[in-house]
Amino acid sequence: MSATPSIRPARRSGKHGMFLRMLLRASLVRRGRALSALLAVVVAAAVATAMLNLYVEVQAKLRTEFRKYGANIVVVAKPGQSLPAGALPRVQTALAGRGIAVPFAYVVASTADGSPIVAAGTDMESVRRLDSWWSVSGWPHGSGEALLGSRAATVVSPQGQPFDLSFHGGSIHLAAAGTLTTGAAEDSRVYLPLKDFTAWTGVEPSTIEIAANGSAPQITAIMKQVAAAVPGAVVRPVRQIMEAEGRVLGKTRSTLLAAAVLIILTAALCVLATLTAWVLDRRRDFAIMKALGASERLISGFFAAEAASIGAIGALLGYAIGIGAAAWIGRANFQASISPRLSVLPSVFLGSVVVALLSATLPMALLRRVQPATILRGE
Amino acid sequence: MFPRLVFESFRRQRRRKLLAGVAIALGVAVATAMIAVATNIGDKINQELRSYGANLLITPQADTLDVEIGGVDLKPPSDGAFLKEADLPRIKGTFWKNNVVGFAPMLPVRASLVAGTQTDSVEVLGTWFARQLAYDHESFVTGVRTTNPWWKVSGAWPADDSSDVLVGRELAEKLGRRPGDRIEINGQPHRVTGILATGGAEEEQIVAPLPVAQQILGRPGAVRKVFVSALTKPEDALALRDPKTMSPAMLEKWSCSPYVQSIAYVLQKAIPHSRVEPIRQVASTEGTVLERIKGLMLLITLAALLASALAVSAAMATAIFERRNEIGLMKALGAANFTVASVFFAESALLALLGGIVGFFGGSLLAREIGRSIFDSQISVQPVLFPVILGLAALVTFAGSAVAIRRAVHFDPVYALKAEA
Repeated sequence: MSATPSIRPARRSGKHGMFLRMLLRASLVRRGRALSALLAVVVAAAVATAMLNLYVEVQAKLRTEFRKYGANIVVVAKPGQSLPAGALPRVQTALAGRGIAVPFAYVVASTADGSPIVAAGTDMESVRRLDSWWSVSGWPHGSGEALLGSRAATVVSPQGQPFDLSFHGGSIHLAAAGTLTTGAAEDSRVYLPLKDFTAWTGVEPSTIEIAANGSAPQITAIMKQVAAAVPGAVVRPVRQIMEAEGRVLGKTRSTLLAAAVLIILTAALCVLATLTAWVLDRRRDFAIMKALGASERLISGFFAAEAASIGAIGALLGYAIGIGAAAWIGRANFQASISPRLSVLPSVFLGSVVVALLSATLPMALLRRVQPATILRGE
Repeated sequence: MFPRLVFESFRRQRRRKLLAGVAIALGVAVATAMIAVATNIGDKINQELRSYGANLLITPQADTLDVEIGGVDLKPPSDGAFLKEADLPRIKGTFWKNNVVGFAPMLPVRASLVAGTQTDSVEVLGTWFARQLAYDHESFVTGVRTTNPWWKVSGAWPADDSSDVLVGRELAEKLGRRPGDRIEINGQPHRVTGILATGGAEEEQIVAPLPVAQQILGRPGAVRKVFVSALTKPEDALALRDPKTMSPAMLEKWSCSPYVQSIAYVLQKAIPHSRVEPIRQVASTEGTVLERIKGLMLLITLAALLASALAVSAAMATAIFERRNEIGLMKALGAANFTVASVFFAESALLALLGGIVGFFGGSLLAREIGRSIFDSQISVQPVLFPVILGLAALVTFAGSAVAIRRAVHFDPVYALKAEA
């Protein structure tokens, strides 16, 4: 009796050690079965991680594609007027790097033979980024060079020779740097660097086109900030672009969600089948433990702990693989990296552990009803 | 004996078969639905992208340069050349008639508008709203309501044969007009049926049925330009080549692909004295967006196939592993490894067939439900997919069973019967 207090701590640690050893040995001795169960969890967790990561990121990735459509916000001065001086820097401050703003100034000039032609002054470097769909044979590099719309070119400079334009008595001599094809009004215009344009006509920009990045509420917020920065101007969304973008994004996301749900369900089913088989397969262990006097709680705890650890290890491995898969899809399909989302980890982890526990409890309920003797006799 | 073995095994162990069968059916259903969605998503997103508006513009060939700033036409209205309104139904007579979603003619004219005591000059844009047309006994409806779905009208759209008009939002604010009011254009009274919001220059204009604008201009049957909205195939290297420099075989491939360029080529031939240009902003960007989404769905379909294959294999492996006793018994009674394996493979094949059929129809329903709830349109599963899916189900089931069957067959029957696995 007096020895009991000193033995008890040792026994307790022994019990824990035994529990852990059983957990570990069980998986080591039957490496094949444990590995296949783990593999199922890893694959399911990887697929779930990749799908969820894609689902979160796809909107941002597709938005960058949609920005290739050009401006989604237009700032226009009152008809017949120019924007106030310093409007562009103020718009750029309001944007704070969330997009590109490009100024445009327009006049109706006349060609050498007196026919009207629209001349536009803009910042060539920014317009090149804003309107990536412009098909241009050669961009102007310096002062005195112009970009000719394909239809305008046939009128003013059919052989690519230098030409003159005049406006209100002032004239300008320009070299043709290249032609521009868009299929729309731009084809009939002559674009020249804004500095040359203002020096020639004295007209300041009347329009600022903005390609702003972000979700619909973010764009609305940007519009408000821009409107506050340029009082007196009309700031309007390019509804055509915004609406189509919203529709396509929404539908793509819903499709992706449906796909994610289906795939995750299938993967969970795979885990359920494998783990159920794994536990059923070990009914002899169960029977021996029961025959040796283990309580039902202990056995349940043992199988639950096994299932949970497989779920947890599988989830972590699967998360790493899934992040890799998502990154590969991002590079292969969007030519952009998809950043790993840590926010996905808890749901994947919890999901795996819960499915694993569920798969272990189902066969446990079956086994509990059976007498150990029957199992040990092999029936 | 062999068929009876398989048949009895199915009849007696229904519960065990059920799990594997359900797994196969589910896996096949998911695979079918995903393949159907992935093959249809291009068309569906293409339809959605049409809400960007027209991707082709028809103008008169002999036209002078456009003088247009910020969507406002500054060219003298009678200047330049016109297209004939009567030629337009020919668009629906071309090879690509089924790809043309809609088209809308435009005729901008200037008119004077009496507002209170002062007279203003405004732009009146003549167009079709939803005009009923017929070509070759086929009737169809087209106009800005199809080509420009982002035009929003508060009130009602005017009828194409009426003299009712829409007033742009900003102009209506300036004039203080509401739907149902009357305005006087060039001295003629017109009823305002609605206020138009477009986010573009039309908000400061009046949009009227085409005959109204033609009458103001004094040129019946004239049209300045036509916007065409067509379903196209994304551009690739072939699309951008000049048809004049192609070999005959290449030209045939080019003209049989619905590239925006080849549709433009056909339309230009169909409409006399016209010039048809793809609107690059819409045409080229549409292609990249479409490619990205299609690529994404393809990769996801692969993931779905992988997940279903794994689920089926896992279920099959489980089903067979549970039956080592039977295998042991068969072997103890003298069955050759080959016979035992063939019994199980026959069972797997039967299971794959049943699960595959159920899964295929379940998947078709699933695809239809996805199509209806997300795209408001049908997603049809190609019947040709049926044998493909069945084959795939059989393959995956076999592959999943093979390892388990091999292991079970090579297991010593003595241990199997003693159940010492």
